[in-house]
Amino acid sequence: MSIRVKYETELNSVYNKLIAMCRSVETAIERSIDSLITRNDDLAKEVIRDDKRIDGIEHEIEQDCLKILLLEHPVASDFREVSATLKMITDLERIADQAADISELALQFGDERFIKEPTHIKEMAKLAALMVKDSVLSLINKDRELARALDDRDDRVDALFGVIKSDLVALIQKDKNNVDQAILFMMIAKYLERISDHAVNIGEWVEYAITGSHKVG
Amino acid sequence: MKEFDTELGISVTGCNLWYGELQALKNIDMEIAEREITAFIGPSGCGKSTFLKTLNRMNDLVENCRIEGRFIIGGVDIYAKDTDVNLLRKNVGMVFQKPNPFPMSVYDNIAFAPRTFGIKKRSELDEIVEKSLRRASIWDDLKDRLKKSALGLSGGQQQRLCIARALAAEPKILLMDEPTSALDPISTGKIEDLMSELKTELTIVIVTHNMQQATRIADKTAFFYLGELIEYAETETLFTTPKDRRTENYITGRFG
Repeated sequence: MSIRVKYETELNSVYNKLIAMCRSVETAIERSIDSLITRNDDLAKEVIRDDKRIDGIEHEIEQDCLKILLLEHPVASDFREVSATLKMITDLERIADQAADISELALQFGDERFIKEPTHIKEMAKLAALMVKDSVLSLINKDRELARALDDRDDRVDALFGVIKSDLVALIQKDKNNVDQAILFMMIAKYLERISDHAVNIGEWVEYAITGSHKVG
Repeated sequence: MKEFDTELGISVTGCNLWYGELQALKNIDMEIAEREITAFIGPSGCGKSTFLKTLNRMNDLVENCRIEGRFIIGGVDIYAKDTDVNLLRKNVGMVFQKPNPFPMSVYDNIAFAPRTFGIKKRSELDEIVEKSLRRASIWDDLKDRLKKSALGLSGGQQQRLCIARALAAEPKILLMDEPTSALDPISTGKIEDLMSELKTELTIVIVTHNMQQATRIADKTAFFYLGELIEYAETETLFTTPKDRRTENYITGRFG
């Protein structure tokens, strides 16, 4: 096997792990919201447990990337791909943390009736999970357009966050007893909003991997 | 002829070079900044060493070699009819891939160039020998062996001796053709340290096959391919975001 082929094999192995990590993270987001909507405590606890496993994958990918940097001294696009991957897994790991945090909040609802059906939250989660998926896909397929479009998609998530916020404010004003659930919903919405920001960060690293320029901020 | 002035930069325009029918360099324009290290990289036979040698007219000695273009070094047109090649080589020193100490003592190796340029006084020569060996960071190793044959030194010491010998002529530019490719990592490190120190006073141009060496020491890097200068940029830029596909393919090992 030539050195170049060996390098590409190593990088592909990292990419396969990255895809696996990304799938686990998407699943964590979906399950955290399912556990909320279906009041499924077991599912919520599973998401919290699975967060540890995702941390493990992050660590493994990090070690693989550091090993490539140490042993292969990649340059040019090779270097950018490995360093972008190193940065992206931090965002993915944070997203998994936030899905676990959402699950913790879901457990706090108990059996009480929802003050409002979380349809917007469900919508936010769907959009955010898809953004995470596309952010990683854009790296694998070197799809600059897909990476760049994440910024606009984040605006849609932010808009939903705004809608949820004003709905909750109205509910609190209507009845003070709504406060407890309103705070929980607000925090969940905030986590989803952060998840979509992380997907945008990943997209910016993909842009760096492809073009060499990284947007700051 | 015109004296070399204090500007140590190199400016080449329209450089073409033929070995007989074979064109080895094609339309090279290049400005090399003073007091910086510039690295030339590229596959074997790409013209990088040939181009390096044009800068102190080493190709003059090659039969059937024809050179076109304008080469301005330190304000002097080095291929002008009235250019004194000895004076050029005094100002533009060269260190080769294989250490090539003369078969004489350490002292006589270093004193060779100053003697050639007419310095006879022992005390003056002593001073030059010590200063040159110090500048090449090898005085402590060799101060008690000045009368010993230079051929008995290790490879790394021989190469630093050759650098000291080049420095004894007080050049303003130092050309180095793969100066560490025959050396172990420790000797290589010493020579790289030395280059970083020397660049405060000298302009250094180095041909290297070791890309990590270019990234470690060079301010700018030039990639040559098939006799052309393909890309020339800040080293960091060239190695992180090369503009030309051929540069990218070469430095990432995708060629061939």
